[in-house]
Amino acid sequence: MDAFISQLTAGIATGAIYACMALAVVMIFQAIDHLNFAQGEMATLSVFVSWQLLQWGVPYWASFVLTVALSFAGGIVIERVLFKPLANAPALTNIAGFIALFAVINSASGMTWDWTVKRYPTPFGTSPFMGSTLVSNHQAGVIAVTGLLLLALFLFFRFTRVGLSMRAAALMPESARLVGIRTGWMSALGWGMASAIGAVGGMLIAPIVFLEPNMMGGVLIYGFAAAVLGGLTSPLGAVVGGFVVGVFENMIATYLPGVGNELKLPAALVLIVTVLVVKPTGLFGQRLMKRV
Amino acid sequence: MSALPIPTKIAPTMQTTRPPRRFLASSAVLALLLAAPMFIANFFVFQATLLLIYALAVLALNLLTGISGQFSLGQSAFYAAGAYTSAILMEHGGMHYALTLPAAAVLCFAFGFLFGWPALRLSGIYLALATFALATAMPQLLKLGMFEHWTGGVQGIVIMKPDTPWGLPLSQDTWLYYFTLAIAVAIYLFCSRLLVTQSGRAFMAVRDNEIAASTMGVNVALYKTLAFGLSASITGVAGGLSAIAVQFVAPDSYTISLSIAIFLGMVVGGVGWLPGSIVGAAFIIFVPNIAEGFSKGLSGAIYGVLLFLIIFLMPQGARQVVHGVRDWLLNRRHR
Repeated sequence: MDAFISQLTAGIATGAIYACMALAVVMIFQAIDHLNFAQGEMATLSVFVSWQLLQWGVPYWASFVLTVALSFAGGIVIERVLFKPLANAPALTNIAGFIALFAVINSASGMTWDWTVKRYPTPFGTSPFMGSTLVSNHQAGVIAVTGLLLLALFLFFRFTRVGLSMRAAALMPESARLVGIRTGWMSALGWGMASAIGAVGGMLIAPIVFLEPNMMGGVLIYGFAAAVLGGLTSPLGAVVGGFVVGVFENMIATYLPGVGNELKLPAALVLIVTVLVVKPTGLFGQRLMKRV
Repeated sequence: MSALPIPTKIAPTMQTTRPPRRFLASSAVLALLLAAPMFIANFFVFQATLLLIYALAVLALNLLTGISGQFSLGQSAFYAAGAYTSAILMEHGGMHYALTLPAAAVLCFAFGFLFGWPALRLSGIYLALATFALATAMPQLLKLGMFEHWTGGVQGIVIMKPDTPWGLPLSQDTWLYYFTLAIAVAIYLFCSRLLVTQSGRAFMAVRDNEIAASTMGVNVALYKTLAFGLSASITGVAGGLSAIAVQFVAPDSYTISLSIAIFLGMVVGGVGWLPGSIVGAAFIIFVPNIAEGFSKGLSGAIYGVLLFLIIFLMPQGARQVVHGVRDWLLNRRHR
């Protein structure tokens, strides 16, 4: 039983990371209606920026805030420069653009900061959380920050004018334009926010997985899976999906015979696909009606 | 959510009579491909063979995504299945290499058809995730200990290079090139004819609007799974050909990056435009080399920049360029 509980908490702790990533995925999906394959690399780049700031002697929280601000601006710049011109191009061309962005960022950050693995500090410390042997302070911190982020996003999308405009622009661009919402800027804003959330997630994950250019590869896949499982339209679904995937992954690797670390990812994906076959819009997704 | 939007406006037009101009263009390309080995060095003949093989893989994805409107990141799995079928039949069954290709085609058709069946309930991004799962699982499955006797595990299988038959005065590479070319042309002709048959139009109707298609009596489920089967089958043949040409199969040659390369090839060639497949294949083979030529360390960045340039200049792929040139020529003549 003890082993089970420790696996469960370990799953929840990794789940918090996936939840963070899934949240960023859902954000950008709401804003631009695509899955951004370069999301993970953007987050890695942000973490590298903050690492560089720390190396220059900037205190942790100052570099944290600065990185989030820079990532937000960077996301907007990427949208304006690279993806606004592609707005009328076919969707598949946009996806090719994400892959190109992925290649550029990955290679450039590897060139600038080297491919070696780097340590990244945690603001919460690694001592056990409130005397528990299962959760460390850092893991508890990750869960807490994810929770706060979710709450803030919920309030933003529910009660602020900008948040509501963003949802309107994503759901019905034509109607939104008619009531005076600048839909182009809303999608830029979505990119900025997704990039900032990705930066937060990246900085929380880096102490666990260590910093290197491919850091987010595995995490992003689980993040996508979590977002899809939760239903791509729901931030809450993304968070729940993240935790479910984290726990699933740990349990499968421990209790299913023949599934080692190698088959962990495919097994988790197969489970998710099975869930999707039963419920094609994800656990919390809304079914949108389509007119023929 | 909206399904992953597949371009609908740029569908191949449903022409029943083909203008001779088109026939001339195809003949010119075919003549160029036939004559190619006489002018290029032996190493490039091998590259040209790979070009044709990738063109087949891109064509197969085009059939699935461009024509029938289903997104797939799982093409590398079908490719791997075809390659391993050929390799295992040659190595353990002692079969002639040419005979392994129909086997690969049949097996992969079944594989694709069976996979397409549960995938029926998924569309757009959800389908992308399901096919992605398939692509990540495949290399791991091929490494599994229990299949090791057949698959060779991580080491893979080494195959003998086929000899030139009937005492033809061709090098082994050149023979393989013509062998591949014959199969590629046959499959291309089959696919381009398919588009103007009732089945081909049913595929396009399903892509453009499923509900409308079903009200017109198209069996949507059947055609969607058929598209998966057909695409997997052609990809499997491409995989089998690659096993013969490269003389080696190993699990790590067939990762998700192969699927992504095939996808990029389709976008660069033009989604839904079958002749673009060969342009896409050229992109897959040559652009990474060009990027590496500029700078080893930054090759990824340069690859990305080149890709951005291509999609900025021609968001609709090579089709845009070819059609642009054609229209320009026509206008000039009419003036």
